[in-house]
Amino acid sequence: MPVEMLWLVIALPLLGALFLHFLGRRIGEPLSGWLASAAIGTSFLIALVAAFPFIEGGAHGETSLLWEWMPAIGASLEIQWDPLAALMTLVVTGVGSLIHVFAIGYMHGDERFGRFFTYLNLFAASMLTLVLAGNYAMLFLGWELVGLCSYLLIGFWYTRPSASAAAKKAFVVNRIGDFGFMIALMLVFTSFGTLSFAGVFERAPEILDTGTATAIGLLFLVGAAGKSAQVPLYVWLPDAMEGPTPVSALIHAATMVTAGVYVIARSAAIFDLAPAASTTVATIGAITALWAATIAIAQRDIKKVLAYSTVSQLGYMFLAVGSTAYVAGIFHLMTHAFFKALLFLGAGAVIHAMADEQDMHKMGGLLKRMPTTAITMGIATLAIAGIPPLAGFWSKDEILASVFERGGWFSVLFVVGLITALLTAFYMTRQWVLVFLGEPRWEEGADPHKAPRVMSVPLIVLAVLSVVGGLINTPFRLTLEHFLEPVWEGISIQHPPEGIGMFLILGGLSVFAGLVGVAAAYMTYRRPMESWRSFEDGFEPLWGAWEDAYRVDDIYGRTLVAPGRKAAEVSAFGIDLPVIDGAVNGVAAVFTDLGRRLRPLQTGYVCNYAALLLAGGLVVVAWILAGGL
Amino acid sequence: MLTALVLLPVAAAVVVALIPSRRRELHLPVGIALSVLPLALAGYLFWAFQAEAGYQFAVDAVWYEPWGISWSLGVDGISLPLVLLTALLVPIALGASTAISKRTKEFVVYTLLLEAGMIGAFLALDLFLFFVFFEAILIPMYFIIGIWGGERRIYASVKFFIYTALGSALMLAAIIGLAFNYSEQFGTLSFALEDLMQVTLSGGTERWFFAAFALAFAIKVPLFPLHTWLPDAHVEAPTAGSVLLAGVLLKLGTYGLLRFNLSLFPEASVDAVPIMGVLAVIGIIYGALVAIVQPDLKKLVAYSSVSHLGFIVLGTFALTSGGLQGAVIQNVNHGLTTGALFLLVGMIYERRHTKEISEFGGLQKVMPVFAGFFLFMTFASIGLPGLNGFVGEFLVLVGSYATLPVLAIIAAFGVVLAAIYLLWAYERVFTGIPDKEENRVLLDLSPREIGLLAPLAALVLVLGLYPSVLLDKIAPSTESVLDHIESTTDYVTPEPGRLDDVYVAEEGDS
Repeated sequence: MPVEMLWLVIALPLLGALFLHFLGRRIGEPLSGWLASAAIGTSFLIALVAAFPFIEGGAHGETSLLWEWMPAIGASLEIQWDPLAALMTLVVTGVGSLIHVFAIGYMHGDERFGRFFTYLNLFAASMLTLVLAGNYAMLFLGWELVGLCSYLLIGFWYTRPSASAAAKKAFVVNRIGDFGFMIALMLVFTSFGTLSFAGVFERAPEILDTGTATAIGLLFLVGAAGKSAQVPLYVWLPDAMEGPTPVSALIHAATMVTAGVYVIARSAAIFDLAPAASTTVATIGAITALWAATIAIAQRDIKKVLAYSTVSQLGYMFLAVGSTAYVAGIFHLMTHAFFKALLFLGAGAVIHAMADEQDMHKMGGLLKRMPTTAITMGIATLAIAGIPPLAGFWSKDEILASVFERGGWFSVLFVVGLITALLTAFYMTRQWVLVFLGEPRWEEGADPHKAPRVMSVPLIVLAVLSVVGGLINTPFRLTLEHFLEPVWEGISIQHPPEGIGMFLILGGLSVFAGLVGVAAAYMTYRRPMESWRSFEDGFEPLWGAWEDAYRVDDIYGRTLVAPGRKAAEVSAFGIDLPVIDGAVNGVAAVFTDLGRRLRPLQTGYVCNYAALLLAGGLVVVAWILAGGL
Repeated sequence: MLTALVLLPVAAAVVVALIPSRRRELHLPVGIALSVLPLALAGYLFWAFQAEAGYQFAVDAVWYEPWGISWSLGVDGISLPLVLLTALLVPIALGASTAISKRTKEFVVYTLLLEAGMIGAFLALDLFLFFVFFEAILIPMYFIIGIWGGERRIYASVKFFIYTALGSALMLAAIIGLAFNYSEQFGTLSFALEDLMQVTLSGGTERWFFAAFALAFAIKVPLFPLHTWLPDAHVEAPTAGSVLLAGVLLKLGTYGLLRFNLSLFPEASVDAVPIMGVLAVIGIIYGALVAIVQPDLKKLVAYSSVSHLGFIVLGTFALTSGGLQGAVIQNVNHGLTTGALFLLVGMIYERRHTKEISEFGGLQKVMPVFAGFFLFMTFASIGLPGLNGFVGEFLVLVGSYATLPVLAIIAAFGVVLAAIYLLWAYERVFTGIPDKEENRVLLDLSPREIGLLAPLAALVLVLGLYPSVLLDKIAPSTESVLDHIESTTDYVTPEPGRLDDVYVAEEGDS
């Protein structure tokens, strides 16, 4: 598969979206869903074929120019195909295909079924534009288009005011990040005279000084923190759960939100020159990981737990790429895509079965009713908790080990990461036990039922991937590392410490943290409700703070939104109307008065004006000429 | 051919005027049909236009020899997009005017005369001729707002008229002054742009002349703080008036700054960069802030124009290839998207007879097609990459950074605010459940209305993804503007501000 053909990977879902946009309603359910799935599935196959040369090793990245976009600022649409792009494409199309299929079952009966798949396909095309871009402008194109799709899909059920508000919030908060991103691009162009990766990365060491590189790196971080929901811009992601659950799985867990991690890994050549920026990335990541994990502990809404968990895991990825452990970061991105997509889809199956109930206090005992969902989610829970040999263990361990190896300040971050691992295991197990074990706490009339095949098969596939996915990069066999090696040629990368001894010690530590978390949560939540309620009450007032997510939304509302609104109101009604327009009308009044006195001179409004104008002009000319030219 | 382009709308206006008043049902259809002719001719012009610097299809005929005035027309990469835009928007604006019930004939005639004036102004290469067109435009627009406008139409139209006319009075003085200077230095009077560019002016005079021109154009743009006529004019104007006002008339200001201020007064232009840049950026931020809290949908769009036009002025005075190209293409982009937004607001106004945002809610449920178009244009206006608005703004922002880094950064914040005011408006108008009885019975767009919007939407997409259609034709002309400034002043565009500075990977690089 030559690189010149890879535009097909983007074009197929795009065509799917276009087709469904105009004909989706006519061809109806479930055909439109299958068509959309076929489009992205074909993209997956194409990408798989095209990735083979990298798997065999020795192949170099290639680019292919589609067309010039804005030549004056070096912006063009060009595709870059290298191992990193290939891996991202495979994750996006692979996990994406599964979620498309799942959604056929999940969206069953929705009156805008066809439209949903239009957006889903459009999202796939946008995300692929992002990861296949060989030019920052094209990357930004994909970056913004996924934001659009996120907006459309969060607000998919637009008659719910909360969904519409969440959609707007997501887009606006992301725009704040984009503000940083755009400034980064201004700096990149002004430094390099192009936005093309080819013209930036190779020349970075000779062109960038540390200050500029740091500025660009930090500005990329601002953009990445928006898209990937890092502190302080993470607040949109929990609200984004208003969207249908397959959307949460695809966009707000597996793919789009990892775009920030991808951009930083992609821009490694710039971060290589800006260690301070990298350290900031890692620190933000660690803070986010811990912060969101504490909030996740106390959530009652099954999707909110997963949302904060996603924020937290994205923090892990930032911690990795900020420590320049790019392989580990991308590795975790991949395994997380498997198990978090699975968790969301499983949660979706539960919500579906419980007739749209999302409160875990009203669940319990679902193991018997939906065993496939329970078991697959159980696997994902253990995977995210870092229990070997599941996928999450290998990637999380590689991150922690690499961070530990960095030493210095990073040792602190390592400890934060370790505590987060414990909390993660705790809140995930808490969720699983609350939903699937214990006495049923359902409300009257609920009748949980098994998920249909079209939903359970994707769960099983993802469960398999969550089990074996980690094996592509173990200390014993570094397949992924060798695969990705050419991407960061000539850039210093952080590796985990050498030797099986260190692996056992660090691995043992993180497994211990995971086991403690799992065990503690299991012991606590297996017991009757009164018992764990009193356990939670024992943590007051901390528990309340966690449950309220530290009231960050309120704080932003009071410190940012309200003053901003005030500024707008003052501008509009305090300045624009009374002062500026008032001055204009004041001047006008003077002239009107003058005009009234001169009325005898006037015959008709417009003609007179013309004469006056000419006369006035001549006077001014005379004045200028006389006034000493 | 250019003469024909100016006169065709006039001829069309005459034909419509000759239709007897009792056949009133014919006036609008005939007007629309005839207004397609200039569009066809403009389309041919676009096709035949070579991507080179300099004026093409030039026409030069003596008009009044003693004063050195000539009927001199020509088109280059800066005016071509605007001529196309004008020719496109007029049929659409007329097509959106089926609700005009009184004095239809006059309405069509005024609109066509307006078109002639606008095209003439963009094509004129003689300053006197330009001024005649520039002023002539005011008259039909004055009547369009004053006769077919809303409740406060008289106030709005008079304000519009006096405001813009005041500015041009000073410009006329400066034009005459320039011509006198020319005659002092070369012995004859001339108003030809090419001639007047030869005039050597003392620093002080050049500044005064620059200021006179800039004032006239800044009012037209409108640049902060001269903008308050605009919301009033828009709110009162009928839909067609708003579409043409925002789509084309405002561009006379940005076009004038680029065409006349930069070329005639390069030294003063370079000196004025900080002032113009700061005013432009204030406009971007301030216009957006004010837009956020507007209770009236049309006023919101009007203030968004203040914000968006600021980008054009910023790009113009950034004096870089990216900035200038962005400015020129943003003229078109803003015309398309804001024109479309005004069309959309007009469509809902015809149904509900209100533009108050709080009167709506949940419209997506009852009018999904309308909502779809609105959202599409909203995102174009927000500057979503892939749609046209982004191309202009991004060129301006990235292009400005080389010369005006701080202003470019502040301006970039405008894109955050744009998302706030537009998406918030969208949320309030379209989402939720339609709880007002009047809103529940609204009809979705008719095929005619879709037909008006679809071409605009298609262009929004084409220009967003493949702006080279225009940029290739714009670039040589904007480069020559920069060449002129660099050759007549000490100004040197910092790298990589010029097109030649853009890095191109050597053959064989991966």
